[in-house]
Amino acid sequence: MKTIQEINQKIKEGKAQILTKDELLSLIDKKGRKKAYKEVDAVTTATFGPMCSSGIYFNTGHTKPRIKIGAGRATLDGVPCYTGFAAVDLLLGATSLPENDPRNNIYPGSFGFGGGHVIEKLVRGEDLLLEARAYGTDCYPRRELKTYINIKDLNEAVLFNIRNCYQNYNVAVNTSNKPIYTYMGILKPDLGNANFCSAGYLSPLLCDPRYKTVGIGTRIFLAGASGFVSWWGTQHNPSAERTDKDIPKKPAGTLAVIGDLKKMDSRFLVGTSMTGYGVTLSLGIGLPIPIIDEEVFDSVSVTDNDIFSQVVDYAKDYPQGQSRSLGQVSYAQLRSGKIRINKREVPTGSLSSLRKAKEIALILKDRITKGKFFLTEKVEDLPGLDSGYTFRPLKERSPK
Amino acid sequence: MKKRVVLHFPTGLVDKPIVYRLVKDFDLEFNILKAEVNPKEEGVLVLEIKGDDQNYKKGLAYLKSSGVKTQSLSEDVAMDKNKCVDCTVCIPLCPTQALEQNPKTLEVNFIQEKCIACGICIKACPYAAMSISL
Ligand code: SF4
Ligand code: SF4
Repeated sequence: MKTIQEINQKIKEGKAQILTKDELLSLIDKKGRKKAYKEVDAVTTATFGPMCSSGIYFNTGHTKPRIKIGAGRATLDGVPCYTGFAAVDLLLGATSLPENDPRNNIYPGSFGFGGGHVIEKLVRGEDLLLEARAYGTDCYPRRELKTYINIKDLNEAVLFNIRNCYQNYNVAVNTSNKPIYTYMGILKPDLGNANFCSAGYLSPLLCDPRYKTVGIGTRIFLAGASGFVSWWGTQHNPSAERTDKDIPKKPAGTLAVIGDLKKMDSRFLVGTSMTGYGVTLSLGIGLPIPIIDEEVFDSVSVTDNDIFSQVVDYAKDYPQGQSRSLGQVSYAQLRSGKIRINKREVPTGSLSSLRKAKEIALILKDRITKGKFFLTEKVEDLPGLDSGYTFRPLKERSPK
Repeated sequence: MKKRVVLHFPTGLVDKPIVYRLVKDFDLEFNILKAEVNPKEEGVLVLEIKGDDQNYKKGLAYLKSSGVKTQSLSEDVAMDKNKCVDCTVCIPLCPTQALEQNPKTLEVNFIQEKCIACGICIKACPYAAMSISL
């Protein structure tokens, strides 16, 4: 048993043993579970992939004369922002599209530029064109604004994601006889390919399946900066079915996270276009897991052989809200490049990048080892496995 | 010798019988891998050409002299290494295994010689890392 305070003290003294998840697995291989447990203080985990519920808020500073963009209209490089806040506080979500984008009218739409790309441009330090219209008031008389803005001149620019870091995700296939274009990528007809989207053994919440160390207030690596878990994510579903090691077999927990956009790095924050679906933002997230006891150690040591996911048909079942599984596969099988579904061999592709995730785990380890990043005690638990908290569909009620 | 080339036909040349002379005058065999006429009436033809080296050179020179722009295939499809995040989602979509992951580095590599310029990876890559200059 070790407290997080003790681990932080060791980090301060430069004596902490911080390992990436890959290094932990090799250590266990070399020295066995018992010895490895005694040696390691914290393990870094990570993921990199599209996270649609990403967004930013920013404050432009006031103009002279003043303008109240709030409840008016605003676009950044032609991409609409949300204006339902105060005078110069704006929100921009990753999936926002220019008004004149043809969307899926030319099917499948290419969705080459939208919110995710604007956010990436901001992070790259490029100038963006802000165009705003307001209705004018006695205290905010100005009605129009057209100006370039740059992230360095904004008062605040904050990434705020209301759901990401999914604990496990579906494997998507297409059982129909024509190609389909989904948020899980292009799916060829007749089980032509199977796409998945999780770092598996390296994925943060799969390494702390019971949310024992991660919670509200946890400091994380967020797209190159230090960020925080601000809440549980939308659609958080701790009650999802699990293995005997409490590892969910389908999408389960999620996180809401926040961090300073000005400190982020475009290597880990990339505008993303899903043909036929829309625009999103791919993000890199890293989570350090303090090895406070043996239970945490055993959870964090999970391998791809022990993590399973469900194969879901995105042609018929998923669009209709049916969660039928066509079969269960392990991440070890998914990573091998092919899986078997209905006695057919189906090649697999991943939407999330394991290469980038490993890079993040290594950077995070480095920061902790050098005393630039300290571990945190969570302030509050996330709704846990026995909380009864679930993810429910909408009950539609027609107006009378 | 077997080579793949992309032929660009400017407006006005599309309906002229040019390609058949590759067979007739230069004794070259060809397979059409892709044919397209865009709304501006410019044509693009992707051919796999088989035959003698000398004849191939002469045939291509003839095409050029007729106003057809030629380009070898490998120059047409490109991967931007700075944009590729090595996700692998393009790999099972490629019909010719021209995209593959290095199991050690996990980097995804593009093998130009195997590419037939089908264009699927360009639509499939979420990061605009694959491009084609047709
Ligand atoms: S889909 Fe794009 S980013 Fe992903 S591996 Fe292929 S080329 Fe690279
Ligand atoms: S253009 Fe077609 S053949 Fe060439 S790499 Fe892309 S998917 Fe493969």
